[in-house]
Amino acid sequence: MAENFMITLKIDGVQISVPEGTTILKAAKDNGILIPTLCDLEGLTPYGGCRLCLVEVTGSPKLFTACTTPANPGMDVTTNSERLKNYRKIAVQMLMSERVHMCAVCVANDHCELQALANQLGVNHVAFERHFTREPIDSSHDFLVIDRNRCILCTRCVRVCDKIEGVHTLDLKKRSKNTEVIMDLDEAWGDSCSCTGCRKCAKVCPVGAIYIEGEAMSQTKNPDVAEFITARRNRK
Amino acid sequence: MSAAINTSVSSNNRARIATVWLSGCAGCHMSFLDQDEKIVDLAKKIQVVYGPLVDAKEFPENVEVTLVEGSVANEEQLEVLKDIREKTRVLIAFGDCAVTGNVTALRNSWENSDKEVLERAYKSPEDLQAAVPNMVPKLLIKTRPLHEIVKVDFYIPGCPPSADLINYVLTELLAGKIPNMEGKAKYG
Repeated sequence: MAENFMITLKIDGVQISVPEGTTILKAAKDNGILIPTLCDLEGLTPYGGCRLCLVEVTGSPKLFTACTTPANPGMDVTTNSERLKNYRKIAVQMLMSERVHMCAVCVANDHCELQALANQLGVNHVAFERHFTREPIDSSHDFLVIDRNRCILCTRCVRVCDKIEGVHTLDLKKRSKNTEVIMDLDEAWGDSCSCTGCRKCAKVCPVGAIYIEGEAMSQTKNPDVAEFITARRNRK
Repeated sequence: MSAAINTSVSSNNRARIATVWLSGCAGCHMSFLDQDEKIVDLAKKIQVVYGPLVDAKEFPENVEVTLVEGSVANEEQLEVLKDIREKTRVLIAFGDCAVTGNVTALRNSWENSDKEVLERAYKSPEDLQAAVPNMVPKLLIKTRPLHEIVKVDFYIPGCPPSADLINYVLTELLAGKIPNMEGKAKYG
């Protein structure tokens, strides 16, 4: 029944009808209202980690992540107030200060979603003191490389490996700012027996943390791969 | 930020502008010079009173806008920047090194990065006459962007910032407006 049951809500003053169960993010996107995101990717399970898609809902003092909150009938959602803009700028600054994000020397320069968002939102400097991490780069794999100093812990790679490739080579260890993406039981990537080398982690990485040796970023990046494969799988 | 640029203190009714080169590659200055014909119009409105492009020896008083390229990496630059701040109305962090530290701050990942970076540069095993120079200003332990040392009024990210962006920011400031950077500047 849920498939066809439509609900109506208001996003930025516009009346919108969507199937029940649709997230606020998807409802907005399908109606031409773009909410900034980093961790969210169509085809993958929503994660709600980057906090960029925060929206206001009239009647509630707290903010909601549009990617994980289902649209409800009669909701009145604001996606782009001054308050939200300010919070998004802070979120981007926190991401940029947590590890080493120096665009000029990054393999993903000009192909980076974090960089693009900072530019788009007018984040012209980072007000927080930057942490300069020094994680060793793992280039033990034949062609996949991970530089954890550039990782923003969006877990797109973990989710694409699990849900789309169905392997779950990648996962996280530790907590908070010490969190790290690991392969199998924290082994060198080259020693991983489960990695199929499908490259989808590199394709969906929004920054320059996972890349393919000797390949231009313009060739590698293809975040739509998750949505594409999911759509084909569901085709009856 | 005081956006209204005071042109009354200069003798010829032009805004007194300075440019400064700290720890950077001079690429931002190159981009400044790359404004093509637009620099002619700009030149009618400004007077460059200090910087690598002119011959002044000391940083003058009453400068309206100072573009500071590069980060603060040594003790001399620390003093220079504080002095500039006192003598400048609108201080602009000019380019990625001044805004983020950029390439010059990559050494910050090492704990004693001042010593590590010098030893790496001057005392590599294959260098027969290895010696760390002692005639130059002492490096700070960490390289810092400008706003961690002094108050910065405006930021122009970019490695380098495009010539058009530099022209836009200066033109707006000279017209007494605050430039809107949303979607204009670009890191890297």
